[in-house]
Amino acid sequence: MSPTDLPPFTLFFAAGLLVPVLRGWGRKAVVLLVPVVGGLSLLGLEPGTYSQITVLDYTLTLMRVDKLSLLFGYLFHIAAFLAFLFALHLKKEEGATLQHTTGLLYAGAALGAVFAGDFITLFVFWEILALTSVFLVWARGSNRSLASGLRYLIVNVVSGVLLLAGALIHAHETGSIAFTYLGLDGLASWLILLAFGIKAGFPLLHNWLVDAYPEATPTGTVFLSAFTTKVAVYALARAFPGTDLLIWVGVTMTAFPIFYAVIENDLRRVLSYSMINQIGFMVVGIGLGTSLSVNGAVAHAFNDVIFKGLLMMSMGAVLYRTGKINGTDLGGLYKSMPLTASFSMVGAASISALPLFSGFVSKSMVMAAALEGGHGWLWVLLLFASAGVVEHAGIKIPFFSFFAHDSGIRTKEAPWNMLLAMGTASVLCIAIGTFPQWTVYPLLPYAVEYVPYDATHVITQLQLLFFSSLGVFWMMRTGWYPPEKRSVNLDSDWAYRWLAPRVVGAMGAAASSLDQAFRRVALRAVGASLRAVARILGPNEGFSKHYPTGYMVLWVSILLGAYLLFYFL
Amino acid sequence: MRPEGEKERFLDRQGNVDRLLWGVTVVGVVLLLVDFLFHRHVYHSWERLWGFYGIFGALAIVVLVQMAKGLRRLVMRDEDYYESD
Repeated sequence: MSPTDLPPFTLFFAAGLLVPVLRGWGRKAVVLLVPVVGGLSLLGLEPGTYSQITVLDYTLTLMRVDKLSLLFGYLFHIAAFLAFLFALHLKKEEGATLQHTTGLLYAGAALGAVFAGDFITLFVFWEILALTSVFLVWARGSNRSLASGLRYLIVNVVSGVLLLAGALIHAHETGSIAFTYLGLDGLASWLILLAFGIKAGFPLLHNWLVDAYPEATPTGTVFLSAFTTKVAVYALARAFPGTDLLIWVGVTMTAFPIFYAVIENDLRRVLSYSMINQIGFMVVGIGLGTSLSVNGAVAHAFNDVIFKGLLMMSMGAVLYRTGKINGTDLGGLYKSMPLTASFSMVGAASISALPLFSGFVSKSMVMAAALEGGHGWLWVLLLFASAGVVEHAGIKIPFFSFFAHDSGIRTKEAPWNMLLAMGTASVLCIAIGTFPQWTVYPLLPYAVEYVPYDATHVITQLQLLFFSSLGVFWMMRTGWYPPEKRSVNLDSDWAYRWLAPRVVGAMGAAASSLDQAFRRVALRAVGASLRAVARILGPNEGFSKHYPTGYMVLWVSILLGAYLLFYFL
Repeated sequence: MRPEGEKERFLDRQGNVDRLLWGVTVVGVVLLLVDFLFHRHVYHSWERLWGFYGIFGALAIVVLVQMAKGLRRLVMRDEDYYESD
């Protein structure tokens, strides 16, 4: 086996074990070189299956190479490089060792999952994703992040358990553990879809994401936003393309988070809601299942990792420099952090799908596929969601942090490594948006005939973006726009963070009072029967009463008299 | 607030911000007028409406934000709602 045949995760895992004993520039070199070397080693790979091992009766495939897995392979190497560059400054007291180590293991697990050729291997990496990434939440060190991380871990591990259950039933029914197209057919596929759905942030299963991501460290959220959900998107594209249910699940995902994003105060939580919205477009594309829509879904996953990473980085830089992340506390930071502000706006333009920026060339493929398939209402809903993206990610994120009212905060520009990471991501966003045919399109699983740049598309998109932005700005100018407020907005996590503890508490209280009532009744019954017995058998009561012997003689003569009487009759 | 003695920047003046806003509005209107000049190919019947994308975008955003305001009444709680007990 040549070194290039080794599965890509091995390099990251080996480096993850090495990093804790390294210090200073040695470690920095390793965390930056690993994604570069790993990414380059993918370049010469031929499609096929490598690294198969036999465990018990099953053949596990650690490396299945085709266009779909390779695209995510390249993407995760780019994302890991940018995230490590962004986190390069971390010092010992900021938990550098913990975050660099778990970052490498986490990125490695994501690579392990996308190259996995069978469900058992996928399950193993699926769980490692959860177990490693939770430390990026806990590394924040606050009580809130501790509790939130625990909830994150429980939900993600449950997702893995569902995946394993589905995989075992599937293996029992078909005799195969191969991770290929499943379709929605029978219990096994439903369990597996549910497992993927939790990690992809399906509606009502999404709350672990908006709960935990904003509680992670400024650098940790950049890692988190890149890997877990995109592994789930990859898994859906592999196993469930063309599943009709996903169209409606996806469009719900694009629509409901944008309402929460308007009223949320924590800007990294706004981006977390935004993430579900973007994954919604990908899920719709996978559900439509045409070559154009699946291409659009994975192209959008590729672009989203970079522009969402860029937005998360810009907010991470703000949190790192000011210690604040709520819209109510920020504003006017363009004066202190002009470069971060510019990079943030590049991310905002990309996610809003402004022509020449990356979102434009991928989201439009999904929209075009919806129209081509004759799904008119779907297209209208997606267009509504696109206008919503302009509001919360295109305007709200950069506006409330860098502009709006001057908060009076004066700080330093972000450290050089953060600026370099954000600058590189910005260049990628513009390069992909301007030259899709030389960047992301050749990587897509199907041949691309779609042409994003024609007059109609550019003009209509500009009209949509300008007028939705004008809507926001004029509402702000006239006071129609709701002000940011310090608050918590209830979401589906209310069910397990508020309702469940109270229901369980109430059930405990009810059981305890029922138990007490039962004991009281039982005690009374026992007391009453004891008293009844005592009335019969007690001293000088009932049977134990003392009677004079004369009574006995009287009864004997009465009985004898009765005998005589019956005898003679 | 801007600290005392710091140089005033372009965007610190409300008048400049308003001028910018009007500028963007004018560009938007020009973009809508382009609809008269060229024939765009359409797939959805709504797209045939004049200025559909601009009107839809502006309406969508107003409906979205006003509905979100209403959502606040339903879901907004104190910041320490989950930690209060």
